[in-house]
Amino acid sequence: MGEESTRAEVDPLGGRGGRRTIRQMVVVGLIASALGIALGLVIDWFPTNGSTQADKIDTFWDVLIICSVPVFVLVTTVVLFAVRDFRMRPGQEHLDGPPIHGNTKLEVVWTAVPAVMLVALCTYAFITLHDIEKAPAAGIERQITVTGQQFTWQFTYNEGGKKFTTAQLYVPKDESVKFNIQTRDVLHDFWVPAWRMKIDAVPGIQTHYRVTPTRLGNYPVVCAELCGLGHAFMRQTAHVLSREDFDAWVKKVTAPAPSAAAGGAGGGGGSSAAVDAKALFVQGDANTGAPGCGSCHKLADAGTTGGVGPDLDTVLKGKDEAFIRQSILQPDAVIAPGFQGGIMPGNFAQLLSQGQVDALVKYLEEVAAK
Amino acid sequence: MSVRMRQAGWYRAGFYMIIAAAFSVFVTWFVRMLYGHDRFAHFLDAESCVIVGMIALPLAFLVGLGCFDYWFYWASGKPTRPEDHSSHGATSWKDYFRPNTDHKVIGIQYTVHSFFFLFVGGLMAMLMRAELAQPGRQFVDSNTFNGLFSVHASILIFLFIIPVFAGLANFVLPLMIGAPDMAFPRLNALSFWLLPCAGVLMLASFFAPGGSFASGWTAYAPLSTTAPLGQMFFTIAVQFAGASSIATALNFLVTIITMRAPGMSFFRMPLLAWANFSTSLLVVIATPFIAASQFFVLLDYTLGFHFFDADAGGDPLMYQHVFWFYSHPAVYIMMLPGFGIISEVLSVKSRKPIFGYRMMAFSLLAIVVLGFTVWAHHMFVSGMQSWIRIPMMVTTAIIAVPTGIKIFSWLATLWRGVLRLDTPMLFALGFLTMFTCGGISGVMLAMVPLDIHVSDTYFIVAHIHYVLFGGSLFTIFAGVYYWFPKMTGRMFDERLGKLHFWMTFVFFNATFAPMHIIGVNGMPRRVADYADEFATWNLVISLASFGLGLSTLIFAYNMIASWRGGARAAANPWRALTLEWQVSSPPPVFNFDQVPTVVGGPYEYGVPGAVHGIFGPGAPAEARPTPAGTHAQPPTAE
Repeated sequence: MGEESTRAEVDPLGGRGGRRTIRQMVVVGLIASALGIALGLVIDWFPTNGSTQADKIDTFWDVLIICSVPVFVLVTTVVLFAVRDFRMRPGQEHLDGPPIHGNTKLEVVWTAVPAVMLVALCTYAFITLHDIEKAPAAGIERQITVTGQQFTWQFTYNEGGKKFTTAQLYVPKDESVKFNIQTRDVLHDFWVPAWRMKIDAVPGIQTHYRVTPTRLGNYPVVCAELCGLGHAFMRQTAHVLSREDFDAWVKKVTAPAPSAAAGGAGGGGGSSAAVDAKALFVQGDANTGAPGCGSCHKLADAGTTGGVGPDLDTVLKGKDEAFIRQSILQPDAVIAPGFQGGIMPGNFAQLLSQGQVDALVKYLEEVAAK
Repeated sequence: MSVRMRQAGWYRAGFYMIIAAAFSVFVTWFVRMLYGHDRFAHFLDAESCVIVGMIALPLAFLVGLGCFDYWFYWASGKPTRPEDHSSHGATSWKDYFRPNTDHKVIGIQYTVHSFFFLFVGGLMAMLMRAELAQPGRQFVDSNTFNGLFSVHASILIFLFIIPVFAGLANFVLPLMIGAPDMAFPRLNALSFWLLPCAGVLMLASFFAPGGSFASGWTAYAPLSTTAPLGQMFFTIAVQFAGASSIATALNFLVTIITMRAPGMSFFRMPLLAWANFSTSLLVVIATPFIAASQFFVLLDYTLGFHFFDADAGGDPLMYQHVFWFYSHPAVYIMMLPGFGIISEVLSVKSRKPIFGYRMMAFSLLAIVVLGFTVWAHHMFVSGMQSWIRIPMMVTTAIIAVPTGIKIFSWLATLWRGVLRLDTPMLFALGFLTMFTCGGISGVMLAMVPLDIHVSDTYFIVAHIHYVLFGGSLFTIFAGVYYWFPKMTGRMFDERLGKLHFWMTFVFFNATFAPMHIIGVNGMPRRVADYADEFATWNLVISLASFGLGLSTLIFAYNMIASWRGGARAAANPWRALTLEWQVSSPPPVFNFDQVPTVVGGPYEYGVPGAVHGIFGPGAPAEARPTPAGTHAQPPTAE
């Protein structure tokens, strides 16, 4: 660019801004673009690449870097060269530049070229979007219902005709999963950065996306839409398992565990002895969707490491049964120093049966007394 | 004393506000009684009193201050006081604290008021960065933190960027187009005095039970409709700020259309006038939509209308559509006036005509039109109908074309000029590079597949600050330095100005560039706490942001000290051609002792003997047809 604008007859600048300057500028611009692109591609921008969707989005990002850096370099180089060559020298205080009002050819070029580039980018974006959202070619896709509430996630499965709900997300590797996302209260946003996909949980409707996890491991589940006081702490973990491990996990969850009352979701009192309090503490109740205490609280005896709420090994030390019961059912009644109210869900009285609460309290009392 | 109570002024305003407070309590009590409710058990329960008061008190303040006096006299058939222009101009600082119909006084009121809120909003950013310097909780709890970023954004958008542009244009624009004042001076005064009402409401929200509004400046329902009382301070403050914007925009439109000097055709207007014309079109069309969205929230909250309650048939997505139908054009409302400032500064400081004047004007209009077709790109992950994403992606990408035209034309304006690298020019060049960065990340965000990953992360925070800080605020600094001699009659300290620029430029990049990285890497925005892996970058960002905060103190010192004791400014220190520089600094009370006649384009630098406007009897009866932007050399004026 700038080639045509050097046509003015009179040249008070003694040759500056001529073809030589432009040649220099092109060389510097090309080198800077190459370095910039290299740097942009070397930087490890993304979190772990954990899904087929992530592959496509990361590639898309690389293309964007390759397109963007030269644009930035172009503008910066022209500004810097203009400053180098055209800044006012002593004695030029009353000198004006040449009265160039425009150049139609140049203006057409810098309207048309970006337009073509942008349309091309949009086309590529459309193809990528289509790829990351399309359903798998064959086979039945696993459906998991994700329910957001202030300030936790719950995951409802339907495995082999058995429906259950957990507070932790488990998915098998290399199988497409369709998440159906909904909310009990305000807007949330279901995001697993390692999988790249996200969408809001909107009251009144169900939203969807699908991912095919490609890497084993545990990844954070993050709420990305401001949802109130505990928004920053609305974190859980997504576990990607091998097919066998996943099946084993499903079996364990759906098996008539020693804890569950014979009638399943019936709950009710009188079965407190049968409740496996430690499992309840770690996993929550699949039938009602009660989240496990361990996803937010640390407790050495149960092996949980959650850091959102107070460390139960310290705060429960020497506390009595009434205090523990109150802390479960009315979490805002007493707030541990350094923490604040309004974050722990206050609906455990509804989600847990009387027997379950009794068992939990008994278990925690025993642990606290140790 | 009783005379003071009857005369328009602060005493009467205070008196009326007491009456309004009593009225609010009585009305709420009376209506509740009609419905069979008890009186309030405790004054903190009296939310409805507070909400009625939030509307009644500011209105009483405005009436007491005298903003409506003329219209009330006229409406009630009493003799109106004819405008004797005695209130024009300001002789002491006290004159800035009453409604004044002089556009130059209002311009300074606007600008100083806006900069006060820049410092308040900036201070909130400092508090947030202090909290975010380390993971975990240190200084503020998450309720306060959510309040801080919500008020920070709301104040800087509604009480700094939008009004400061209106303020600069208020001062400069009538002078530029050769008008003695704005078209509606009384409306102009009212527009300004609506702003402190909005500002006080937003700041007062911190004293509300339950804390200030904490659902972001976007106030998404149903979080906002179920929030504590503080949310209503935002909802109602936005109405006052919005009314102010609309009134000013109407005023600009009428002024530009009807009050141009003889010979000032549209294509001879300086680009700042074009920019404000385009901005005003956006404001007039779009602002009613945010007013509506907040009225919906108000009705939902106070009277249970359930517009956005899904269980009662409401639709939370509707809120986002109405909100962004304003708030995306608002991004251009916050940018186009800056484009105008940059065109002025670059042309004058490069000593060259603006390259491609007509395309510069048309690209502004293209942005206005396209600006209304892109709003849903804020909602790519909102769960709206998925097909809408594609057309919105395309229009969003295409809006980069007129913006690109402007950038390239500015670069071509620089080329082969004689660049004066003083403070306004440095900020203009800083704007060119930084705004390009923000524009590029904007195009990236327009691309749906990437947006799905980075929306609601720090990448968005980085983008918005590259556009609104590196973009808008740099143009505001350029404009304030450029017109400081004209507004105050004093020169600013050039050395401090340059120091301010370099500190701002370096710390701005050190603060916001790393946010791109942590954003793509997975750090969500609007969180008081974050995963440990982001700790290093956050510490860097926090330290840099404190440097950025300090740099504004240099600016404040330079402005105050130079205003008090700077060297006297000549009428035209930059040797500019536009009309505002052809009168004394500061300008005469009625702007022009003789009406100027415009005979040529505004940027004919380098054309020997070219003038833009002619004063006095030498002016030809009919202006000569030498519009800017024709590529031919304009004939030399004698």
